[in-house]
Amino acid sequence: MSNIPALGINGLSYSYGPKKALNQVSFNVSAGQCAILLGPNGAGKSTLFSLITHLYDSREGHISIAGHNIKTDPCQALARLGVVFQQPTLDLDLSVAQNLRYHAALHGMGRKEAAKRIQEELQRQGMFERAGEKVRQLNGGHRRRVEIARALLHRPRLLLLDEPTVGLDVPSRKAMVDHVHELTRAGDMAVLWATHLIDEIHSEDRLIVLHAGCIRASGSVPEVLESAGATTVGEAFEQLTLRREAA
Amino acid sequence: MNVMHYLRAFKGITGRELLRFVHQRERFISALVRPLMWLFIFAAGFRSTLGVAIIPPYETYILYEVYITPGLLGMVQLFNGMQSSLSMVYDREMGSMKTLLTSPLPRWYLLTCKLLAGVMVSVVQAYVFLLIAWLYGIEAPPMGYLTVLPALLLSGLMLGALGLLLSSFIKQLENFAGVMNFVIFPMFFLSSALYPLWKIQESSVLLYRLSQYNPFTHAVELIRFALYEQFNVQDCLITLGALAFFLAAAVIGYNPSKGMMQRKGGPN
Repeated sequence: MSNIPALGINGLSYSYGPKKALNQVSFNVSAGQCAILLGPNGAGKSTLFSLITHLYDSREGHISIAGHNIKTDPCQALARLGVVFQQPTLDLDLSVAQNLRYHAALHGMGRKEAAKRIQEELQRQGMFERAGEKVRQLNGGHRRRVEIARALLHRPRLLLLDEPTVGLDVPSRKAMVDHVHELTRAGDMAVLWATHLIDEIHSEDRLIVLHAGCIRASGSVPEVLESAGATTVGEAFEQLTLRREAA
Repeated sequence: MNVMHYLRAFKGITGRELLRFVHQRERFISALVRPLMWLFIFAAGFRSTLGVAIIPPYETYILYEVYITPGLLGMVQLFNGMQSSLSMVYDREMGSMKTLLTSPLPRWYLLTCKLLAGVMVSVVQAYVFLLIAWLYGIEAPPMGYLTVLPALLLSGLMLGALGLLLSSFIKQLENFAGVMNFVIFPMFFLSSALYPLWKIQESSVLLYRLSQYNPFTHAVELIRFALYEQFNVQDCLITLGALAFFLAAAVIGYNPSKGMMQRKGGPN
């Protein structure tokens, strides 16, 4: 099981009409790994996420989640995937618990099992006391915590986070970054975190730099720094994206 | 994915729709006020000017209010179908559609659950309308209130599937006004909901033909016959056929490799 990557992407391309959004993208993310997908706005991060979540389908390339091909075996693949989209996706007029129960039902959990996991995940996020409140009453940071609790409810093998800290204040951002890193250390879950904020990267993370639909660099932080000939991640990011834009 | 998973997901989706429905009381009231206005004001006003000859399933001369009641039941379902479509577009804009579409069940099943949830709401609305109509003096045979149920379910499914299909085409909520003008009004007025088809034929053969091709006409006639304890095979088959067509097209519309989702030019 350990040889099968939590996420495997091979030769993935995608176009919006004549405009190529992704071009021959390939990388793996292993269990226990936190991979940061770094790229400027318009790099293709959201398109990549739409393909991994099967909202879009590509004719070129393969995506597998815990060994299940998203195209030929979408149900098994999606059962192992947890997602926090960039755009909030909670139902504002339902309570926190109702939102989570809805998600649990979609993942086939029985009432008792769902109640147990909802309690566990909300406690882990420090949100259990607010389970009965309507989502509309929560601030942005708390809503994000609920979304993470929801994404983890069915114990996924891969957690996708699409710029989840957008709109959060500094303490909420830091708490979220630390928490997600903690999750990968604790178990065999992998995380793919899309961001353009360099300060969200930890030194032990795996870096994938995406620019104009292509992978510019991939590896550990020291490996990416070395390949870019840079001393900081910021510098490497600038070199890998701006320099090529100028060229 | 076992049977229990499917059942739980169905329960979850319908439960969410009902909760949203309970939270939106104004939606329920406005869905009722619309046909009641037609019944209490429009039908009363036209009672003396529009005579309806004896046509099946009626066995005697009837008041105009009696004639349009099945049409107004169809109207409740037509608007509910479009309301569901509107809420799908809203869900997509708000992002909650992604939660549904990324769950580990076949997309056709998820969309069918969503459709059934909307139909359940429309059937509740239809029965409340029938109750008010009964209090107003429009009575169908007692058994008719039971035999109309499958007709309401089938017509609700057909109109809901049409709404689902439209929602796969509509990118933004603002475009929904076009649906009112180009779908709801033509479907409603070019049907037997307000006047029998032979009356339309007297005025215009073209409009008569268009009304005959309108699936809403057949849904209304299915409801009309069922409310009077009769089964109209032809209307049932046409409504079923329209349901199959609209649902299949909607599933294709929401299919990630074939549908409209990726033709809309970017992730949102």
